[in-house]
Amino acid sequence: MAATRKHMEELTQQAESGDAGGQYLTFMLAGEEYGVEILKVQEIKGWGTATPIPNTPDYVLGVLNLRGAVVPIIDLRKRFSLDSVPYGATTVVIVVKMSHEDQERTVGLVVDAVADVYRLESGEIQAPPDMGGAVHTEFVRGLATVEEKMVILLEVDCLIDFKNMHSSPSRSPDADKAQVEAIPEE
Amino acid sequence: MSVDVNMAEIAQLFVEESLEGLDTMESGLLNLDLGAADPETMNAIFRAAHSIKGGGATFGFTEISEFAHHVETLLDEMRRGERPVTRDAVDLLLQSVDCIRDMTGSLATGSVDTARAKELEVQLETMLRQKPGVGAAACGSGHAAGEAAATTDEARVADEADEAGAGWRIRFRPGPGIFKSRNDPLRMFRELEALGALDVKAVGAEDLDFESLDPEECRLGWDLVLHASADRETVEEVFAWVADECELELEPIPGIAADDGPASEKPPAQAESLPAAAKPAAAAAKGTAFSQETGSIRVNIDKVDALINLVGELVITQSMLSRYTGDFDFTQIEGLREGLTQLSRNTRELQESVMAIRMLPISFAFSRFPRLVRDTGNALGKKVELKLTGENTELDKTVLEKIGDPLVHLVRNSLDHGLETPEERVAAGKPETGVLELNAYHEGGNIVIEVIDDGAGIDKGKVLAKARERGLVAADEQLSDDRVNNLIFMAGFSTAEEISDLSGRGVGMDVVRRNIADLGGHVSVQSECGVGSKFTIRLPLTLAILDGQLVRVGKESYIVSLVSIVETIQVCADKVNQIAGESELFKLRDEYLPILRLHELFGIQADSARIDDGLLVVAEANGQRVGIFVDDLKEQQQVVIKSLEANYRQMRGISGATILGDGTVALILDVPGLIQLYCDRNGGVPHHTAAVA
Repeated sequence: MAATRKHMEELTQQAESGDAGGQYLTFMLAGEEYGVEILKVQEIKGWGTATPIPNTPDYVLGVLNLRGAVVPIIDLRKRFSLDSVPYGATTVVIVVKMSHEDQERTVGLVVDAVADVYRLESGEIQAPPDMGGAVHTEFVRGLATVEEKMVILLEVDCLIDFKNMHSSPSRSPDADKAQVEAIPEE
Repeated sequence: MSVDVNMAEIAQLFVEESLEGLDTMESGLLNLDLGAADPETMNAIFRAAHSIKGGGATFGFTEISEFAHHVETLLDEMRRGERPVTRDAVDLLLQSVDCIRDMTGSLATGSVDTARAKELEVQLETMLRQKPGVGAAACGSGHAAGEAAATTDEARVADEADEAGAGWRIRFRPGPGIFKSRNDPLRMFRELEALGALDVKAVGAEDLDFESLDPEECRLGWDLVLHASADRETVEEVFAWVADECELELEPIPGIAADDGPASEKPPAQAESLPAAAKPAAAAAKGTAFSQETGSIRVNIDKVDALINLVGELVITQSMLSRYTGDFDFTQIEGLREGLTQLSRNTRELQESVMAIRMLPISFAFSRFPRLVRDTGNALGKKVELKLTGENTELDKTVLEKIGDPLVHLVRNSLDHGLETPEERVAAGKPETGVLELNAYHEGGNIVIEVIDDGAGIDKGKVLAKARERGLVAADEQLSDDRVNNLIFMAGFSTAEEISDLSGRGVGMDVVRRNIADLGGHVSVQSECGVGSKFTIRLPLTLAILDGQLVRVGKESYIVSLVSIVETIQVCADKVNQIAGESELFKLRDEYLPILRLHELFGIQADSARIDDGLLVVAEANGQRVGIFVDDLKEQQQVVIKSLEANYRQMRGISGATILGDGTVALILDVPGLIQLYCDRNGGVPHHTAAVA
């Protein structure tokens, strides 16, 4: 621990360079540690019931009242197709700012627990390995090792696709199947 | 660096002031067309042009100032009665106004297109070179033509003599308030001195009482003699900024060349005409005689929006507070209630006063119509009289800005399709000049805008035939007259046999309806064949607050705008018919209306799917009625609209969100969007048929 602190102090003294370097807030999600750029984080608040928005993907839990602003809440477990667990005492909402096409939006991310804050240099961050189409890598900015642990750094701006999020759960499964079947014929 | 910023700000100020000036010029010019050349109006137009010219030169926008100079010269001749006010001249001036407006507008982008200005400049110069008398005779429509033509020739000669003169004798009597308007005679005299040798003699000093003298008031007058061959215009320009506040007489000192008769006779008359013109101008400046004097303040819209948000919070806090009244100790309850009453009253007052900042008179939207009607009428060869009423009716700035285009479309539509040509009107036994009326008034929490014409009205047979041809109405369907009229708002509909430049492309009325619906409003038309049509637009006063009805479906609460609710009813299951096992219809009086099950559309759990257990909220949007099936009705309340889009995105069937008294978020239903969603789900147009009686 002391070694880490020393290491971090050294890092602080170094001149900031590179895009990916900087401070990261990390949180736990299904046993893994994820990090988001701390400058993107607006606040951390406890979990409160959200108002569901109809006809949205299941990972959009709904909207919350954040001091008069209506803010959408995303369940990151569902977003990453992880198993859902009941929300407990450590469940928090990390309110982040996402930039999308010059518009800044405030979005809440539901995570299992908040972990730590690390300072990482761009040299310490490696690009995510190509894992084929099986893993969502579009919102992984990079990987870093802190105290022998792997921290997955997220690209916050990519967590919600504000445009093409058409999902209509109430549409009959037959219709979807028909569409899927229709594609190869073309 | 900071200088640049300041210049940019000042330039912005110039743009704003110029635009105001141009509006003044435009409305003034339009008024000129209707009546005799009123010197007050003429002066107001001239002053506006002069300010633009001066401002342009000050800030280095030479293209604008040079062009404005030509306009000013023409206006000056008209102002002095040397040139009759002809239709040609007014048309040219109006075009010039447009041109300056374009140039001013493009200052922001940096590149000023001078091609059009050059073209108009040539026209202006041609007109200036023309003998005004000849012009008047040719056009023959100037009201002051006869009178002016008689004097112009002499005036011209006098003017020519002026220019050849050896100098000017100037009688300058400024008003007492001249210093307060930041004018300094000394500076003006220096400017005159730059033209040539100047003799100055102050008058009135001997009558001054030094005991009671207010140093901020000007009690002196001056007689000046300028020995320079400057022309009248140059000398007048020195005094142009104070023209409203002084008596100014210019008398040329005859020179060597000024030896012809009329010149020496004419000057006194010429000199008299100036103070005469200056006096009414001063009166106009003092009084509110000239229109477009809105007395409004410029408020940054962002600040106002923030203020409205604050008020929204206050409304929320108030409703939160009121929730606890029930649980309190009896001793506290009286005081708390009193406090709450106070809070609620304050909230409302604050709300109202804050809203008032955003409210602007509808004249901002109406002001473009005199010009538009005139131009369009001319283009179509129709005679139109425009009547504007209720111009001071106030409405929200956002609504005001967005209502302009739909209104323009409706007005153009009335001019193009509604009003007949003079021959047709005479044949139909109507006066030759058609009347187009724009009327605005408040009704409840809404503003109503009417566009009324006394034209041919809507030919119902033609409309119905067209609708059947386009497949918008089934061949055997019977429709009420009202419904037929409102068919014109459907997409892809136009009865104009020939597509004109103005309207008739079939895009338009549906866009008008959609734009108005986007503002939370409603448009309808009443028409009688041969008598005329009346378009009625109903708009909410503001977009920020909505009167809502809370409805409950399962655990969720939604808000439906009260404006869109027609009624709420309970229906028995045996009154509901199913078509092909899918779409449900119920009979409400003489209409079969589709049932929108909110729980199905939104994929949520309702208390009960049985139609008997819930309620049907009959809502109307775009002339389409539907029954929205909900579990229960809750209270009605005013809600502050929050955008979902700001942090998320637009959702179909939901127009926004609001925060309820308990701090939770409730979604506001968008009835037209819901109907659209329902149609898409069912893969077609909702069944909406009038029962054949």
